Amino acid sequence: MIRVQSEDFDLALEVRKLTEGNPAIGAVTAFIGLVRDIAGDTEISSMTLEHYPGMTEKMLREIETEAHQRWELDASLIIHRYGQLAPGDQIVLVVTCSKHRQAAFESCEFLMDFLKTKAPFWKLEQTPEGGKWVDARDGDTEATERWLKS
Amino acid sequence: MKILYFAWLRTEIGKSSEDISLPTNVRTVNDLLNWLPELGNSYTQALKKRDLLRIAVNQDYADLDQEIRDSDEVAIFPPVTGG
Repeated sequence: MIRVQSEDFDLALEVRKLTEGNPAIGAVTAFIGLVRDIAGDTEISSMTLEHYPGMTEKMLREIETEAHQRWELDASLIIHRYGQLAPGDQIVLVVTCSKHRQAAFESCEFLMDFLKTKAPFWKLEQTPEGGKWVDARDGDTEATERWLKS
Repeated sequence: MKILYFAWLRTEIGKSSEDISLPTNVRTVNDLLNWLPELGNSYTQALKKRDLLRIAVNQDYADLDQEIRDSDEVAIFPPVTGG
């Protein structure tokens, strides 16, 4: 399941909705990304997330489908927020549910790595010097490529 | 053709989308990137960093040699930074 929304999300509620009525699930892994108040040595007062409606949903669905092909998952959820966020706010949630922990751990990491390099989101940080578009990190591309080799 | 621009490309070109009739000699993504600077100085400036840019055709990532048509939706944007 995927959701692209401006509203916040509640981890406990989402996990309960995913696992309710499915006692075959024995493992749940969740990742939450938060807005930090500092980038390098620059103070961030807020962050605005822009995205490409339509393609965002399409990419997230493709990534999720691939995770289900690679691992035996009973359920999964990706929520990504857009709009203006403040330091400490939740940006992204990835939850994976499987019978055993390994599939849940690995697929959660896979989904985050792919999301970071494929899903069309862009971060604009508000700094004391004005708005600054965040540059992509080489490390994110390397993290994705790691899954292509394995 | 509908063209969409995102992030700093959007602010440098000064619009988020536009409808353009392609000249007949623009057949591929690469042709489009070569031709866009003819639309004005802001395009020339924005496309100086074209090696960085990513292209999507009908909401899928596309290579430079992919063929495009007037009925396509083409998006041009910097590397993504979500998550």
